[in-house]
Amino acid sequence: MTDATLDEVGTAPARHDKGPLIYRQSAWTRVTHWVWAICLFFLLLTGLNIFNARPQLYWGQESGFEYDNTFFRISSEAVDGKLQGYVEMFGNRFVTTGVLGVSGNDTRKAFPGWATIPSYYDLGTARVVHFFFGWILVAALFVWALASFFNGHFIRDIVPKPRDVAGLPADIVDHATLRFKHTRSYSPLQKFAYAGVFFILFPVIILTGLTMSPGMNAVAPFLLDLFGGRQTARSIHFIAMALLVLFFVVHIIMVLLAGPFNELRSMITGWYRASPGEPVDPGKGDR
Amino acid sequence: MANLILNRRRLLGLGALGAASVTLAGCDAFDGMLKVGQPLRSALEKGNELSYGAQRLIVQNALAREYSTSEIRQGQRPNGSTDPSTAEYLALKANNFADYRLKVTGLVETEVSYSLNELRNMPARSQITRHDCVEGWSCIAKWTGTPLSGLLAAAVPKPEAKFAVYHCYDNIERGLSGDILYYESSDLIDARHPQSILAYGLNDEVLPVANGAPVRLRIERALGYKQPKYLHTVELVADLAKFGNGRGGYWEDRGYDWYGGI
Repeated sequence: MTDATLDEVGTAPARHDKGPLIYRQSAWTRVTHWVWAICLFFLLLTGLNIFNARPQLYWGQESGFEYDNTFFRISSEAVDGKLQGYVEMFGNRFVTTGVLGVSGNDTRKAFPGWATIPSYYDLGTARVVHFFFGWILVAALFVWALASFFNGHFIRDIVPKPRDVAGLPADIVDHATLRFKHTRSYSPLQKFAYAGVFFILFPVIILTGLTMSPGMNAVAPFLLDLFGGRQTARSIHFIAMALLVLFFVVHIIMVLLAGPFNELRSMITGWYRASPGEPVDPGKGDR
Repeated sequence: MANLILNRRRLLGLGALGAASVTLAGCDAFDGMLKVGQPLRSALEKGNELSYGAQRLIVQNALAREYSTSEIRQGQRPNGSTDPSTAEYLALKANNFADYRLKVTGLVETEVSYSLNELRNMPARSQITRHDCVEGWSCIAKWTGTPLSGLLAAAVPKPEAKFAVYHCYDNIERGLSGDILYYESSDLIDARHPQSILAYGLNDEVLPVANGAPVRLRIERALGYKQPKYLHTVELVADLAKFGNGRGGYWEDRGYDWYGGI
């Protein structure tokens, strides 16, 4: 930066230090992103209410009552006259009083009221809300897939290429040392994370959801075989939920570390402040 | 330009504030709006109508999965009513259901009724199927009975009949103001489905009281609450408004989805 340019345009150099403002996210991507955010919020909280009806997970076609095929449970028991909540996973027990198993006014409840919709146990209502947002999620996914296929987002940003695999180690180092590059394209880790959600977690959570429907079992019995039974499908649905929550947590941490204003702006207005030196595309209005 | 950016900043700030307030207020923010009859609840229930329509479009007459004998690993778990205490039911039970009659009434050309022995002598079907409770658990068992379609064919439903209402003996709620009896309903596609049987046998034994003796209807492509126990009357109707709270079943009246196939 020379004195000449400073004299010439006053405050302009700051803008050049920041790098160009580029149009990064199409309206299709932005709208479907927020639709999913809303859907996943309601699907998660109603899903936890639904889980509270039977806070156990089983392997296989059915639930063992006269034999044991439970591998996960949230439950409670009285210990020295006081209720104790616990989570039991593959035979290992963790005391979780106050959050899981027992919460609020010493109430026996798997997930606490603040984590469920409705805040009280209401299976019928939770199912109504869950299925409504399930439809919206799938519809938005359909719209996004179509639009992204035609506008190039899908191939350009989501599908990892050989060079993304090659660039993975360096990108992991960059993320671990919090050196974020603000480029038009997604970094290798980003691509793998989004590909994992779109190609694995979303299909798995949707298909395992359908596998729990007795009506769908009649028309698509192969789903039962694909997932190894209705109860296994229910368990996989729960595990996929946990992985989506993990994705959400990492996603939010990354947004906060990479610059929440810039990241949020790009997902609301489409405009993103790239690192200095990032090529601009005047055809898209970049400046 | 500066103004524009400020506005965007303000917009982002407001958005974040809105999202945070929903989270901080807790999820009871939606409790009131989601009660049965509230406009938001009714709008969200359109999702279930869509599921029903979509499944009817693609499922047609497909059969529920039937399992092999080796997959029966336990008894059928009893749930809901397991020991009705209405005088009518106790009298029938005392006589080992010798006086029991299953009636088909309502919008039919001829009302018909059958004793338990007559039902047992009608064409029988056995099926090993999975019972899925709405709560999330499943249990595999062998059910034996006669298809409801045979009884409907004998009674000849009138063209205006759209639903079958299933009236039961069990007092699922016993209150000071009297008993509330279980009832259910389905469309005629489910009523006539080849696996919809009036089951009187369970796992090669006589159907026990805990599982709905003397007769329980199986609707195999639906959840457990659509499998009415202690059944005594199948009434064909044009609409469901006059029964219970008008939502088509005991649990439906308490907020559950009517179709029950998901």
